[in-house]
Amino acid sequence: MPEHAPELDDLVSQDYAAGFVTDIAADTLPPGLDEQVVRAISAKKEEPGWMTEWRLDAFRRWQTMRPPRWAHVSFQDIDFQAISYFSAPKGDRPKSLDEVDPELLRTYEKLGIPLHERAKLAGVDGSEQAVPEVAVDAVFDSVSVATTFKDKLREAGVVFCSMSEAIAEHPDLVRRYLGSVVPKPDNFYSALNSAVFSDGSFVYIPKHTRCPMELSTYFRINAENTGQFERTLIIADEGSYVSYLEGCTAPMRDDNQLHAAVVELVALDDAEIKYSTVQNWYPGDEQGRGGIYNFVTKRGACLGARSKISWTQVETGSAITWKYPSVMLRGADSVGEFYSVALTRNRQQADTGTKMVHIGPRTKSTIVSKGISAGHSRNSYRGLVRMNPAAAGARNYTQCDSLLIGDTCGANTFPYIESKLPAAVVEHEATTSKVSDEQLFLCQQRGIDPEKAVAMIVNGFCKDVFRTLPMEFAVEAAKLLEVSLEGAVG
Amino acid sequence: MSLLEVRDLRVNVDDKPILKGLDLTVEAGEVHAVMGPNGSGKSTLANVLAGRPGYDIDAGSITLDDEDLTAATPDERAHRGLFLAFQYPIEIPGVSNMEFLKAAVDAHAAHTGASEPSAVDFIKRARAAAEQLHLSADFLKRGVNEGFSGGEKKRNEILQMLLLEPRLAVLDETDSGLDIDALQVVAEGINAFRAEDNAIVLVTHYQRLLNYVVPDHVHVLIDGRIARSGDHTLAHTLEDEGYGWLDD
Repeated sequence: MPEHAPELDDLVSQDYAAGFVTDIAADTLPPGLDEQVVRAISAKKEEPGWMTEWRLDAFRRWQTMRPPRWAHVSFQDIDFQAISYFSAPKGDRPKSLDEVDPELLRTYEKLGIPLHERAKLAGVDGSEQAVPEVAVDAVFDSVSVATTFKDKLREAGVVFCSMSEAIAEHPDLVRRYLGSVVPKPDNFYSALNSAVFSDGSFVYIPKHTRCPMELSTYFRINAENTGQFERTLIIADEGSYVSYLEGCTAPMRDDNQLHAAVVELVALDDAEIKYSTVQNWYPGDEQGRGGIYNFVTKRGACLGARSKISWTQVETGSAITWKYPSVMLRGADSVGEFYSVALTRNRQQADTGTKMVHIGPRTKSTIVSKGISAGHSRNSYRGLVRMNPAAAGARNYTQCDSLLIGDTCGANTFPYIESKLPAAVVEHEATTSKVSDEQLFLCQQRGIDPEKAVAMIVNGFCKDVFRTLPMEFAVEAAKLLEVSLEGAVG
Repeated sequence: MSLLEVRDLRVNVDDKPILKGLDLTVEAGEVHAVMGPNGSGKSTLANVLAGRPGYDIDAGSITLDDEDLTAATPDERAHRGLFLAFQYPIEIPGVSNMEFLKAAVDAHAAHTGASEPSAVDFIKRARAAAEQLHLSADFLKRGVNEGFSGGEKKRNEILQMLLLEPRLAVLDETDSGLDIDALQVVAEGINAFRAEDNAIVLVTHYQRLLNYVVPDHVHVLIDGRIARSGDHTLAHTLEDEGYGWLDD
């Protein structure tokens, strides 16, 4: 027998390329949370009175709430008075890209996020390929520092700006839809977010408009001991279409940092929203020190008939992930989709899944969840499919697959099905498999080294989900998994 | 210099001795059949040659082209030209056969310093090999062994052998579970591979494959040792008389 047979566990190490810190002067509120802090955030953002009141209402409700305990994760209680709720690079918000601090531009450059408005030319195999343009909203700690391609989007009637700008410039839309999908007191973290949210992206696609390019928001946590509470609202008016991408990274730090975002999507008649996330928050080290607590509420409302909302997420980061991108299927014949890959390693914990609530007739939903666990991590799928009495002819298909790498990790599946409608069709399939020594041996016998073999096996496992990502993102996601699985062969 | 030399090989599985001093010499251009009753150590021999984890080599050596591979990793052995056709080919869901084959061929190219074949050339070769084995082009797009019938799995092993062009192919019970048509297709594939500069070790329980692939040498493995060697007629004797007479 070979002396150095590779152990599967050794194939999984950490290599977090986005772990650097940007040295930039910041305007940070001292830690702690009370009404004065909420008012201070609102004042810093020069918000109208109705917004300040909205926040204060959320804050009062939050004070009566307790953090939820039902998730299959464990961590020390968070001291909400030890967190700073606002941190922004010093100075006025730049009016154009030329005014953005070069240090910030370099940060995004390093992360591979284009904050310029040239169509990228990427050399693949020596050939030059035009990569489709992507408009980016860059959120650094608590504020949006730049949004690209705004003029081009404006020509199409598309609004893509920071939430702060939207409150000032599109107050009617914001007042109508903010909190309409995720109500303030929906849960502890959504209430907290509603009180202190700092920035995020706002998108409005007018009637019968296909957004001319991919929209993307890139969230970066930089400051220490600061929480990030961004708020995203996307409204797709009748007959419109938008594809939206979200990326996230943070520096490597020994302390845990809280990220409690709220994302609301609204699709009116015949509208379609495709929302893709590649979440690569710092996951903590091998011993489980540091990393982001990613406690996020994401929900879409298919308000209109024949509307469609599709969530795709690739989750490789965070110490703890706790999120359930959901769809409320109100409109007749509306469609909800959830495609997820969640990779956990070391001491990471993920409790993630979705909720599909069928309210309108003939509504359809599809759930495909792929959990990959390695090291001492815990990976749970938690999903709810609810069929309301009016949802005649509704259907759901759910497929949950877990892949285990090594013997020390764990995977769980918690499917909840609530049907008040006997005729509704709810299908559920679940599998658990292991990257087996036999698969690894087959690959090695064919000359493929063990690291490549694990990457190939994991990629194959995720194929159903990667297929749903925009092409460029799919490549990035596959690479991210490969890097996350990279490691020395013992 | 022999292509393969196995010297006094002693192997334990779970502390139980399975191979108890096995010698085998294979020259280039030869086909050797290793036969024997259940539990005699045939599959252990095939797996140990390929370096499968879980088999403890207690003593002895395995030499391929004068290079000692006794302690080499499975991928190192593969790079030296050792190929194992699996008795029970395992599935890799979601990884297409084509993707897997390309990764394997590229890994070999990387090792020899040859340039990777272009995707177009590779697809042509793969399709030709599939056709030779009576497999449809669609077969290459399916996940590795995913939902394959027993016969398809075995033919897929031969397909990989034809594309990787190993120096030594060890076929572990490739004939088991095949109907007569599939057996003939597999045998044609093996015969097409057979050449002056390579060698084949056929591990088999039955003689019927040897009607189509006529071996140069037949060895009978009993209780972890080669009890008898002969030419292809030995296989017929075994077919007629069983293994019992060798115990005497």
